[in-house]
Amino acid sequence: MQRSATSAIIRAPTKAIYRRLGDNAFQTVVVGLGITIMLLAVVLAWVLLRDGWEPLRIFGFLGFLTGTTWDPVQNDYGTWPFIVGTLITSIAGLALSFFPALGVAIFTAEYAPRWLASIIDTIVDLLAAIPSVVVGIWGIFVLVPFLQNNVYLPIYFWTFEQAPQLLPILGPPAGYNLVTATIVLALMIVPYTAALARDSIRLVPRSQREAARALGATRWEVMRMAVIPYARGGIVAGAILSFGRAIGETMAVAMLVGNSNTLPFTLFGPAATMPSVIVNEFREAVENLHLASLMTVGFYLFLISLVVNLIAAWMQRRYTVGGRAL
Amino acid sequence: MAVTTSSTTPRRTRLAEVTPANLRRRYLRDRVMIGLLVLATLVVLIPLLVIVWYVVSNGIQAVLEPTFWTSDLGSPARALGGRDTGLGHTVLGTLVVDGLALLIAVPIGIGAGIMLSEYPDHPLNPALRILNDTLNGMPAILKGLLAFALIVKPMGTFSGLSGGVALAFVMLPIVARATEGVLRIIPWSIREAGLALGLPRWRVVLNTVLPAARVGVVTGVLIAFARAAGEAAPLLFTAFGNNFFSSAPLRYLTGPVDTLPARLYSLAISPYREWHAMGWGAGVVLLGFVIVTFVVSRLATRQRHQADM
Repeated sequence: MQRSATSAIIRAPTKAIYRRLGDNAFQTVVVGLGITIMLLAVVLAWVLLRDGWEPLRIFGFLGFLTGTTWDPVQNDYGTWPFIVGTLITSIAGLALSFFPALGVAIFTAEYAPRWLASIIDTIVDLLAAIPSVVVGIWGIFVLVPFLQNNVYLPIYFWTFEQAPQLLPILGPPAGYNLVTATIVLALMIVPYTAALARDSIRLVPRSQREAARALGATRWEVMRMAVIPYARGGIVAGAILSFGRAIGETMAVAMLVGNSNTLPFTLFGPAATMPSVIVNEFREAVENLHLASLMTVGFYLFLISLVVNLIAAWMQRRYTVGGRAL
Repeated sequence: MAVTTSSTTPRRTRLAEVTPANLRRRYLRDRVMIGLLVLATLVVLIPLLVIVWYVVSNGIQAVLEPTFWTSDLGSPARALGGRDTGLGHTVLGTLVVDGLALLIAVPIGIGAGIMLSEYPDHPLNPALRILNDTLNGMPAILKGLLAFALIVKPMGTFSGLSGGVALAFVMLPIVARATEGVLRIIPWSIREAGLALGLPRWRVVLNTVLPAARVGVVTGVLIAFARAAGEAAPLLFTAFGNNFFSSAPLRYLTGPVDTLPARLYSLAISPYREWHAMGWGAGVVLLGFVIVTFVVSRLATRQRHQADM
């Protein structure tokens, strides 16, 4: 390489052309590839809007958003039940998984000896890579029967005898329901939340911890007073990113949520989310309007994911000290 | 000397008398918190390890059957009648679709990563970064819808090609981000050394920067691959699925093709016990696929760290 460079310098006239042409061509190619990605993001939004335009025209932007019927037979579509299902499962899943995830992050970043921390870190990263369908098949054949026999039925019968006024909230114990979907969702995002929280805790400077220790703080007090407040922005941003993941999580939820299109959803009764309805009905949709409505659901899913991701990005930039993003 | 010891001893006893209640409470809280953190770690790790264990123990038998690898699935009657059935066509289809996705995603992703790190002043960079992150944050199922609209609809048929493109959409933003990240770690002095030798910029990037960051780029690609290989949602309405080996090699690209995640889904929701067993088997293969990719990327990273030290 060095030799070719030297000889290139000697042959200066050809070199100038070679250099300018080469540089221009290379930059054009690289920028072209970059533009491809930018176009993809834009085309994704545009395609969803274009193919989902018909329902928006018929029902209106807000009408489709707030419409509570989803009836392929009557050709009447509204996405509200799925938005409700998505939000309930995602928010509950995040709430269920946030503190355990934070616990793992603190434990590996601050407490565990180095060898143990690296083992746990590796396992957590590996678990984050478990495919959604694999969790789904476990849910169908192991988790659902277990919960049905040991949790849903006992609670249902107890409520039936002791507090029948709660039955409308519980609903018929179907096994495939909101609670199952939420538990599985929590399991799936927990490694992700933990990894992001761990990274932002590791970014907290040593001096911060040493200062607190010098004041006589115990280990936990160091965490609570010096480390967690410092890493707060990154932790919350990570939680929001996990929330975004939960919103788009498709297969495991579609396999376990029970798939009912009618509100009101009950805790133990079947429900549906935006991704689950797309997966379940897209291949069977025969009516053009049905297919288009599923595209429109996708478009709303796009909008929600976009907002969540923008908020997370903003949080990261706003609260990450020293301008270092995760 | 004597004065100082005699003056500190009483103070120490006084400390011990005055603070224990408070200090003991603080120490106790410290212990309790450690206990809670260990508990949280177990709560997170155990269920997920239980999932892995269940999948392996339920699926290992199906995988050890030779016909699992050599036969195609056929109709349910084959499995019910105890005749040869397997997922050979699924494994083959997965390799085709995933390979195609890599072929598409790697050059584009690395190119965009080079744009972000080597031309930091390019006016389009902020937009590229935002749009790349947006694309990365989008649910995979939407990328499947995109591939459906762009390829399946014009072609008029589900195809391996559209499946590969859909998975490439999943990989692209991850590869671009990872490439940018590792290229930025390469010190500018290396680029300046190349430029000082009279190398044009493109040769500097291709012959010094990229080779120096090779391991990191490969790791990024592997992580993206592991993520995409497990995705079923975008494949359901692009590659669709197929119960048989395709009639001609080209049909793997132009016709409906089976893939492990999508097949696992349809086996799991099928009513046949025999197919459930094969579904667990598909789970083992898929999990193995993802874990091997993951471990290889880990080993590569570790090597790099050792080289740095």
